[in-house]
Parts: sequence; C-alpha cells; structure tokens
Amino acid sequence: MQYMLLIHSSEAELQSASQDTVGRMHAAYMAYTEALTQAGVVVNGNRLRPTSSTTTVRIVDGKTQMLDGPYAETKEQLAGYYLIDVPDLDAALSWAARCPGASFGAIEVRPIWVM
Amino acid sequence: MPHETDHLVAETAEAVARRSYGKLVAFLAARTGDVTTAEDALADAFAAALVDWPVSGIPRSPEAWLMTVARRRSVDAARRRRTRGEAADHLRLLADDWGDPMDDTAIPDRRLALMFACAHPAIDPAIRAPLILQTILGFDGAAIASALLVSPATMSQRLVRAKHKIRYAGIPFRVPERAEMAERLDAVLAAIYAAYSEGWPEGAGRNLAEEALWLGRLVAALLPEEPEALGLLALMLHAEARRAARSDAAGAYVPLDEQDTALWHTDMIEEAESLLLRASTMGMIGRYQLEAAVQSAHAARRLTGRSDWAAIERLYAALSAMTDSPVVAINHAIAIAETQGAEPGLASLDAHAMDKRLADYQPYWAARAELLRRTGEADAADQAYRRAIDLATDAAVRDYLRRRRMLI
Repeated sequence: MQYMLLIHSSEAELQSASQDTVGRMHAAYMAYTEALTQAGVVVNGNRLRPTSSTTTVRIVDGKTQMLDGPYAETKEQLAGYYLIDVPDLDAALSWAARCPGASFGAIEVRPIWVM
Repeated sequence: MPHETDHLVAETAEAVARRSYGKLVAFLAARTGDVTTAEDALADAFAAALVDWPVSGIPRSPEAWLMTVARRRSVDAARRRRTRGEAADHLRLLADDWGDPMDDTAIPDRRLALMFACAHPAIDPAIRAPLILQTILGFDGAAIASALLVSPATMSQRLVRAKHKIRYAGIPFRVPERAEMAERLDAVLAAIYAAYSEGWPEGAGRNLAEEALWLGRLVAALLPEEPEALGLLALMLHAEARRAARSDAAGAYVPLDEQDTALWHTDMIEEAESLLLRASTMGMIGRYQLEAAVQSAHAARRLTGRSDWAAIERLYAALSAMTDSPVVAINHAIAIAETQGAEPGLASLDAHAMDKRLADYQPYWAARAELLRRTGEADAADQAYRRAIDLATDAAVRDYLRRRRMLI
C-alpha cells in the first residue's frame, strides 16, 4: 500500500532555530531519506518552500481567485512529504515515527486512494 | 433429517452464530481488511441457512456451510464493485483462501488478529470496545448504543467509520510481535474491560458483562502465556462472582464490605484465584493482575471474616505508581482509611482534590463523604453526600447514598 507522510512543522520555530540545530536536522533528514531508499520503500519525497512563497487558488462564481498565502493559517505548516510503499499501516506508522519531522512537529500518515 | 422443525433450525443457527460469528467474520475479512463486506456476507449466509436448513437438514458442518455461502456472497459483492481494479484485487485475495474447508475445524481462527485490528492505536480508543463487540460477537449497533447510553445513529456512524478506517488505512490483521505485544494487548484488554464495566447494571437483552467475560476467556485461551490476559479474566471473574450479593431482596445496593459472602460464587472465585496464581509465575506484573489481586484480598473475607486491607493498601500503592487513574487514587485513599484511620485516608484523598476528572465523579464524592463523616466533619460530609447523590446515575446506588447520609 502507498502512504503519504505529510510533514507538518512550525516555520517560525525553524526560522528562529540556531545554525547548529538546522544543520543537525539536515543531517537527520539525509540519513532518513537514505534509510528509506535502502529499504526500497520510498516512491518519492520533497521538501517544500515555506508558505511565504505559496499561493492559494479557488474559483468563486466562475472567477479565479488567488490568495497570497496557504489554504489555512495554522500553527504548523506543511513542510514536505514522502510517498512510500509498504505492506500495511503498521509499517507506515513506524517509518513516520522515524522521520526527523516527528520530533519537531507531526507526521500525518494518509493512505493513497487506489483507483 | 427432513422433518426438522423451524424452531430447531433457528436454535442451531443461533448456536452457531454465538460460537462462530467472530471466527467467520475474522476469516472472511482477514485477507481483504473489509469487515463490512464480511459482516454483510455472513448476514446473508445466516438468512440463507434459515431458508435452506429446514428443507435440506442441518449440515454436518454448519460453520463450513455458512463460510461457503458467505464467501460466494463476498465474491458477488466484489464483482458488483464499481472500480474494476479494486474488484480484481479483492477477488484475488479471496481466491488465495479458496479451497473449501470440509469441516468446522478447518477454518483457521483469526479472531485474535481481528481484535488487535479493532484495538489498533490508530483507532479511536472510545470505539474499540464497541467494534470488538460488533465484529467478534455480532452485536448490532443499536444494542451497543443502548448499553453505552449513546444514540443508535451516532454509534452506527462511528462503527462504520472505524471499519472504513481499518480497511482503507491498511490496518493489518495480525497478532503483534513480542516487542510491541504488551502495549497492544493492553488496548485489547482495556476494550474488553470497558465492555465488562459498562455491563454491570442489570438490563434487558444480551448481557454485556457476560459477553465481555466470554471475550476474556477467549483471549486468555488464545494467549495463555500472557499474564495480563489471565489477570483481566481473574479480575472479571472476581467481580462476576459477587453479582448475586450486590443487591438485596428488595433490589437495594449492597456495598462490598456488607455483602453476604455466602452469596458469592465460589467456583468463579476459585477459578480467578488459580488464574492469578498461574499469571504470577510468569514474572511480569501488570495492572490487571494487581487489580485482580485486590479483589482476591477482598475475597479473603469469605474465609477469614475480614478483607486483607494491608495487602489492599500495598496493591493500590503499586497501582498508583503504575497508572495516573483517579479511580485508583480513590481506592488507595479508602484502603489507607482502613489501615491507618479516616484522617490519613482523607489526607490522601485531598491530594487529588484538584484533579479536574474528579469534579463530577460520583465515587470520589461518596468516598469523601464517608471519610468526612468518620472524622466527624458533619457539614462537609453532608455536602459531599449531596454531591454524590446528585451525580449517581444508578437508582440503587442513589438510595444507598441517601441511607448513608442519614448516619451523619
């Protein structure tokens, strides 16, 4: 089964973090991505630019509306994702718990809808 | 057997349903994770049995008969599915388990795996017990709702949602590995105990307490090396053994220390004691074993004339260290009142007075009232009794508290 690991974390906290902390986090993500790759479970994954660079689009009364900013203002923001392919939820949850983001924010584990 | 009456057929179908419902659901759903379809297919199979059996006779292996029909229905249901990919997947999974079982014993027992799926950490803790009652025992949503005092519509909705979650989130049907067993088993046991506790009040229809006891026996039989599974069964048996003594002839509530021990069910107590003894040899203490040991210390009164309060206090101290349960805190205070006097008991209770969970908790106010009465603080005792009476939902308990209040 494929699962999306949605990494939510606080951009504000990350911005105010020390150089040292940021460096450690980078290293942790490198190691984590390497582990996922070694296990052959990762389909793909990406880090996202902060929400200061995001635009939200919706159509209201036939007109396209654009909004500078994320779809919802929240304490934590979507910061990145991994798409993984594992046998079941237990495996997905255990990979989510190992993600460095789990210690800084939260990882949402969403199954992919198979058509 | 062409002359069987409908009555006998219905009885046999019911007996099979009781004994093997969960086993059949677990087997049908194990591969696909689709509990809803398994339940629907099984309901169809039971309906078909009531039509077929009076004519053709009760089959030699009723379970295998039902399984064959239910599987056929599952396949039909999968074929009807809109999305082709999903149907093909489903059919492949069903075919993996093909090969018709010739007799009832050929059907593997996957109930434990189903229970672990129902009590998975990804499932809302509040719906775990209802889910187990439904999938393993075949309780309908309305019966569970009435036992748990929630609306049938809400309960059905939450059960449907939980089953969807099991299926679409890919919750596995599997007994956990050694490393995660303790924590995961605790969730299963907690769900069974919740069903048991809800089942205390006497009511119409199927008795939840009895069914929970049945589940407890099932888990203890399937996991005989897990001391906490034995501990929970011992705990429930001790409580069950006192059922007849809990109310007098007029239906009034009788508290534990005033119960006539002659009314206790000796066989159940002895079974509980031997389970607890067996659990204690496994060298892994836990919440249910400790709670069962408390009940065992109370049961000692039938032999010695007095509960072993010193042991009870020690056991509750151990439980307090293990859990953050306000119920344990209250019982610990009551035990202290017995061993050291009402004032130290009250002091121990005071330490938890700020706990928000106790503000509307009837047993807390009842315990507080009782200890205040014993220390001679009449006004405070009266207030606490009034609070406890207001909060009591059981009429017999309310009457008992009123009688205690008169003693001030």
